[in-house]
Amino acid sequence: MKVPYNWLLEYVDIEKDIREVADALTMSGSKVEEVIEYGKEIDKVVTGYVEKIEKHPNADKLRVCQVNVGEEVIQIVTGAENVQEGDTVPVALHGSTLPGGVKIKKGKLRGVDSNGMLCSEAELGIADDDSVHGIMILPKGTPIGVDIKEILGLKGGILDFEITSNRADCFGIYGIAREASATFRLPLKEIKTSFKENDENIKDYVDVEVKDDLCRRYAARVIKNVKIGPSPEWMQQRLMDAGVRPINNIVDITNYVMLELGQPMHAFDHRFINGKRIIVRRAEDGEKFTTLDGVERTLDSSMLVIADEKGAVAVAGVMGGLNSEIKDDTTIVVFECANFNGPNVRLTAKKLGLRTESSSRFEKDLDPNLVDLALDRACHLVEALEIGEVVGGKIDIYKNPVKPYTLEVDPNWINEFIGINISKEEMADMLKYLGMKVEVGEKLKIEVPTFRQDIRIKEDVAEEIARLYGYDKIPTEKIKGEAVEAALTKEQRLTNIIRNVLVSRGFFEINTYSFVSPKIFDKIRLPEDSPLRNTVKILNPLGEDFSIMRTTLIPSILETLRINYARDNKEVKIFEVAKTYHPAENMPYEPVKLSIGMIGKVDFFDLKGVIENILYVLGIDKVDYERDEENPGLHPGRCAKLIVRRKPIGYFGEVHPEVAENYEIEDRIYVAEIGLMPLFEAYKAERKYKPLPKYPAVDRDIAVLVKDEVAVAEIEDIIWKIGKEIVEEVKLFDVYKGKQVPEGMKSVAYSIIYRREDRTLTDEEVNKVHESIIKSLSEKLGAQLR
Amino acid sequence: MREQLEKIKLEALEEIKEATNSQRIDEIRVKYLGKKGSLTTILRGMGSLSPEERPIIGKLANEVREFIEEEINNALSNIKNKERELKIKGEYIDITMPGKKVEIGGIHPLNKVLDEIKDIFFGMGFSIAEGPEVELDYYNFEALNVPKNHPARDEQDTFYISENLVLRTQTSPIQVRTMEKTKPPIRIIAPGRVYRSDAVDATHSPIFYQIEGLVVDKGITMANLKGTLETFAKRFFGEKTRTKFRPHHFPFTEPSAEMDVSCFVCGGEGCRVCKGSGWIEILGCGMVHPDVLTKGGIDPEEYSGFAFGMGLDRIVMIKYGIDDIRLLYENDIRFLKQF
Ligand SMILES: [Zn+2]
Repeated sequence: MKVPYNWLLEYVDIEKDIREVADALTMSGSKVEEVIEYGKEIDKVVTGYVEKIEKHPNADKLRVCQVNVGEEVIQIVTGAENVQEGDTVPVALHGSTLPGGVKIKKGKLRGVDSNGMLCSEAELGIADDDSVHGIMILPKGTPIGVDIKEILGLKGGILDFEITSNRADCFGIYGIAREASATFRLPLKEIKTSFKENDENIKDYVDVEVKDDLCRRYAARVIKNVKIGPSPEWMQQRLMDAGVRPINNIVDITNYVMLELGQPMHAFDHRFINGKRIIVRRAEDGEKFTTLDGVERTLDSSMLVIADEKGAVAVAGVMGGLNSEIKDDTTIVVFECANFNGPNVRLTAKKLGLRTESSSRFEKDLDPNLVDLALDRACHLVEALEIGEVVGGKIDIYKNPVKPYTLEVDPNWINEFIGINISKEEMADMLKYLGMKVEVGEKLKIEVPTFRQDIRIKEDVAEEIARLYGYDKIPTEKIKGEAVEAALTKEQRLTNIIRNVLVSRGFFEINTYSFVSPKIFDKIRLPEDSPLRNTVKILNPLGEDFSIMRTTLIPSILETLRINYARDNKEVKIFEVAKTYHPAENMPYEPVKLSIGMIGKVDFFDLKGVIENILYVLGIDKVDYERDEENPGLHPGRCAKLIVRRKPIGYFGEVHPEVAENYEIEDRIYVAEIGLMPLFEAYKAERKYKPLPKYPAVDRDIAVLVKDEVAVAEIEDIIWKIGKEIVEEVKLFDVYKGKQVPEGMKSVAYSIIYRREDRTLTDEEVNKVHESIIKSLSEKLGAQLR
Repeated sequence: MREQLEKIKLEALEEIKEATNSQRIDEIRVKYLGKKGSLTTILRGMGSLSPEERPIIGKLANEVREFIEEEINNALSNIKNKERELKIKGEYIDITMPGKKVEIGGIHPLNKVLDEIKDIFFGMGFSIAEGPEVELDYYNFEALNVPKNHPARDEQDTFYISENLVLRTQTSPIQVRTMEKTKPPIRIIAPGRVYRSDAVDATHSPIFYQIEGLVVDKGITMANLKGTLETFAKRFFGEKTRTKFRPHHFPFTEPSAEMDVSCFVCGGEGCRVCKGSGWIEILGCGMVHPDVLTKGGIDPEEYSGFAFGMGLDRIVMIKYGIDDIRLLYENDIRFLKQF
């Protein structure tokens, strides 16, 4: 909220620099987001009186002015057409500075001396654009030779506050002034509300009926003999500084009061209130209504309207209607000052897509007792500006008046809770500045004014004390009390181990969006009936491409590979540890999975090796790899199911060429997806020491020719089975195809290590076992010894 | 015989001095001390000596033998040293040539910084709590004093799954979840993904990370909140870091505050990162609202607590000077390799 500094100063006598004030208010709880110092760059610009204007001897479009700038009369050449003799204008003297760093120096224009410049509003940085053409003409009677910053009230500038939703009272300048008064412990001045009423009765002008409780209070006054016209300069300036466009004097008064007190008001032209009756009621479903901005809107029965006998004249708390707008010839005005249910105004504004200065205040649930003050203030301004006559009496429908709230708080508790030590008298003093009445006894008995509906419990009071005392003055203390055990859970620890293994193997961790497009399932050739197609859907997604929660990490890792590949990053090894989301009875099920992806100079066994590394580090040994031909996303001949303790917990392999094409990658892609929970369950923390071997080992190599289809695992199974008594290790060291190996065959070579724990093996023993291994390989797999 | 021994001694010495390699020394050893060596030959002729002379010459002969042996050993070790030095000289390599590396990957910058933050809080006795990302409206809003139609709901554009299920807009729902499960003392942080329906640009991402913190115990004060977060700030941003607590409003804490830290880029002088203010807003915090404690099954008359929440992405971006949040979720390998 924008607060012109001089407006604030009207209610508190602060004698401090605007920046100092901004800092202090920020620290006491009213955060200043920005300090706008309009006049900051203006220097040596004064008011001048144009005494005489003559034609320029050498140029038709230029004129030569004699300007009295107080101590002297100087000659200035101008091109502006709107300046007349007798005008008072801003004059930039020789050596002056204007916004944007413009420097003005004396010189000659078409041969005539010019000792400065007459300024427009744009040149002074007041108007954003050149909407106001020509030189700025100041009001008659403006003193001459005075710094323009003083005249324009530019000294000080504007404070832009961020008001939090709990402080409805601070949506008015007077509320901010109260905060300033409490911050600096300076008195808050009273707001002027006096005015005279004529001896007529408002009842003869208008009648009000409130039909719905969404309107908690409805008050009205009538002003007659209204002279519509522009409001005075100072008022217009303040409205503009606060970000509100001046309209005419009556509308400007309602806005001025809203800015000052935070209470929105509305002015109706009395002529257009049919039947001279105002009815506050729910709109009818489908009721059409044209708001002040000229847009026809369709209302519904959740919305509250202000209506006359014929139809709506305003959407309550949001915007008035075009049908009862104040016009240049308006003579009788009805001021509405009401209180509406906040959440309802908020919903209405949201439904209509029409958030206004008014609705954004009402939605905070304003204090109904603000109504009197605001309505009186408006009448006071009407009288002060001499633009109308207040008709006697007011209408005020207020069924359930809100009363101040009282609570008792133990000052010792406050000190303990915050960790400070201040006297209860000082606490009481702070609270009084905030408009509270405080009785100091053993406890503080506090009467909270109705405009502070955010203060209900002792913690609320503690916050008021803490912030006015100063958060920065609260000491810093370590937490006392018993030490709490801090440790990673097993899952957290193992996740870190897995990440570290992957990093040590050259993989980079990635982080991708959890929501994806429903199209990805076809892209990875997921079967139509796959349970993974059953997803958690977002009702209001950012777009279809982000509309479902992912059930697999594979599309995300493929998409990341695609992005990298397209950018010429052709050697990429990445992984992600993230959740997938699966619909379940109450809450979705969110398992954590590991995905791995790579492209470049790698193959299936690079990927398998990494997975084996992970399993090794986790001490998981009972692992099987099964060919996985039912996974259409992967190459049927190059993918495997990872089976741990007889349960499939993931899969890995080369991506199906069609899927690779879908992701625009012309290289082979390898991916894996493994559930982390099953890995953690299989994790074996225990390791037991086995005595180091005492007796020597015997190392024998074996090379056999087998058919291509024979898996090395089959060969190894036989070696282990036959030699289980004395085989210690089986190492595959060569698989060869080509010269000297017949078509459809491969040569497989192993080094087998034999050892007994209890004695040295004899050659005969080893030979016997070795021979029967060879025999068994030949019988069962048709292997030929090479 | 005496003269013969003296002569052998001198000759041997001469030859040892002239020897330049270990092979030659071995030859000398054989020549003088070997089975057929000159010294041995002389000793064999001792039989012809008188009994009086025998011990004297014997002693002398032994002295000569010991002398030659010592000289040979000395010479040998000299020569070995020289030979070793020569070998070493021939084995110089270009140590500026690249080392043999196994390529190492890297942790994503978000998690890297998160790990650092976790470690700091571990050191202060905090554990790590986790919660669902698809969250009940109750935990995300209502239990945190944000009922339906509360204006605060407009500030956090929420993704809805159903009327009662949302993508959590903050990590704060973990507060009540933790209180329901754990008896005080509670000291946890809870990092995780959160979701807001913001359109994507350089500073907005619909998915980002928050770190929630919660402490509940008897006698927890606002001074404890300041102490804990100040310690965190100093450990994370550096010992010289200053902190500033400003009043703020959150529905689920009372009193509430925002914490700024002195800009770690310029040290508080004012720069582009801190927009000239010298301060950077880091987190929101406050004393846990009694309603929230009650919802978590904790008696606010007996216990008090504080909570805080910070945006990880922003901290990572400032720390590394990353100017576009999208880089964190795009995962260009050239980006990832920089951390
Ligand atoms: Zn800085």
